[in-house]
Amino acid sequence: MPTPPARHPTAPDPWRLRQHLLACLVLNTAIALGITVVENDSFFVNWVYSQCIGTAIWGAIDLLRDRFAPDEHPDRRQLLWLVPAGVVLGYSVGVTLANALLGHSNWLYWTQDWRRSLGFLLMSLGIGAAFAYDATQRAQRALAEAQAQAALRQSTQAQLQLLQSQLEPHMLFNTLANLRALIGLDPQRAQSMLDHLVAYLRATLDASRATEHTLAQEFERLRDYLELMQVRMGARLHYQLSLPPELAGLSVPPLLLQSLVENALQHGLEPQLQGGSVHISAAREGHLLHLRVDDDGAGPSTDLNAPESTAQRFGVSQVRQRLATRYGPQGTLIFVAPPQGGTSARVQIPLETPSA
Amino acid sequence: MTSALIAEDEPLLAAALQAELARQWPELHIAAVVGDGASAVSQALALRPQVLFFDIRMPALGGLEAAAELADQWDHTAQPFPQLVFVTAYDQYAVAAFEAQAVDYVLKPVRPERLQKTIQKLQLPLAPAASGATNLEATMAQLRSLLTPANAVAPIPQVLQASVGNAIHMVPLSEVVYFEAADKYVRMLTDSREYLLRTPLKELQAQLDPQEFWQIHRGTLVRATCIERATRDESGKWRVHLRDRNETLSVSRLWAHRFKPL
Repeated sequence: MPTPPARHPTAPDPWRLRQHLLACLVLNTAIALGITVVENDSFFVNWVYSQCIGTAIWGAIDLLRDRFAPDEHPDRRQLLWLVPAGVVLGYSVGVTLANALLGHSNWLYWTQDWRRSLGFLLMSLGIGAAFAYDATQRAQRALAEAQAQAALRQSTQAQLQLLQSQLEPHMLFNTLANLRALIGLDPQRAQSMLDHLVAYLRATLDASRATEHTLAQEFERLRDYLELMQVRMGARLHYQLSLPPELAGLSVPPLLLQSLVENALQHGLEPQLQGGSVHISAAREGHLLHLRVDDDGAGPSTDLNAPESTAQRFGVSQVRQRLATRYGPQGTLIFVAPPQGGTSARVQIPLETPSA
Repeated sequence: MTSALIAEDEPLLAAALQAELARQWPELHIAAVVGDGASAVSQALALRPQVLFFDIRMPALGGLEAAAELADQWDHTAQPFPQLVFVTAYDQYAVAAFEAQAVDYVLKPVRPERLQKTIQKLQLPLAPAASGATNLEATMAQLRSLLTPANAVAPIPQVLQASVGNAIHMVPLSEVVYFEAADKYVRMLTDSREYLLRTPLKELQAQLDPQEFWQIHRGTLVRATCIERATRDESGKWRVHLRDRNETLSVSRLWAHRFKPL
């Protein structure tokens, strides 16, 4: 499912930009003060140089990063060339600018006192590296946070979709309407119907949380659903569940077959006036578990094996997605239209050893 | 005596509605209880009740479609069109679409107090002679709005894909003259040939511009600019004649309102 891309963590944000600039100006002033104390010369001259060089370095590093590494994933290794390049570029631009502003040249220092000049350059390099490292750390943290939030949103959305597909309001209200009618006619049957409804609701709500349950549980939940539908559809629905006892303990993703059974009823039996029957079965073949939902209904009107779009509205893509996530390419779902009519949905999943 | 027909596919619900009606409106005679839309149409035509309780979701033919079909076949010169009440568990139709109209609706599970309001409404205008024709008009207008799928947010497609043998043909929408529902398929006709689509007509319709393609029948959407003329036979049925084509298409009464001289 497409989610909006995470906000570019280094995207220009006017408020943050202003904050950075302010920090830069304050730091430059502090550096100028320090140099003035140590060197005992004009604070104003030092201040102008400091501001020009510092701001130019900050600008140069930002410019280089936006230009050559506008990646959403800031990488600490990029700092290795980004910072030196930014510092050298910014230093040159800053000094040139300050020289122009003050009307004299300190390039002479490089010949007169190269050790001192190199010291200033190295200091700029250190400060620049510290700043850039900090900014990268922050950006990485922000990105990680955004990714975690997106993942959470996505999984919540998937859970909700599963829930919504199973708690279809039409099904729920019709079931309640039947229950209401049954209370007056046959209180005993009404009670048993209510029990099935409670089990169905509980399973549906739990299925969005639990990741596995046994095949026996899966079949019991399908029985709850089919019992509810049987009360509603009366003689129009017949069903059969065949689970060999030796397969009862195998674990499967909860309510994996639910939407396939719903499809069989909704698209197979519903359109037929006389209704029909559904047969759900499990069988083992070597290292594979075969699960089948067969109906003798109207038969598929669209190609359910076709990718996505056509299968989407039948909840089929959701089943395929769950199979793929859980079992990879070994978990498959195919549809067969048997010659005698109806639809056969066939799930195949690899068997795992009970200890796994 | 007032008689009614109940169409509801879930037997318990049909029985419950019948029992509640018997309790609250003992004089009402339930002429028949049917479980699907097609039987609802044929039984209503045969028994001519004054009131219809139709479930919206029924096998094969739903309640709305059945009502439209019935409106088409109803001989309203002999008897005014019945009062319609839709019964539904939950649906996509805005409940507002039903409010204060010719057609009433009741939500399932049906509450006795709510049914009583419906019964009161039904008992009011059953002096039919005056309201007969207007009731049919109002009912049909409301059915039209309920039957027209809400237009999808998706943009109108430029081409439609139709499979022919092993190939997928790209058919520009602008070349399509009309769509016609046929069993499991939709026939799509262009000037030069015919294609079969597997998409249900309702789904197609939601993607089309209703001004460009007119619905003239439950199963027919025709490009308005391809209609040459519409003619009316002695029985009052309209037929549409197309430009440069021999076949004519029948117009159901529900959609005949389109053909009025300016």
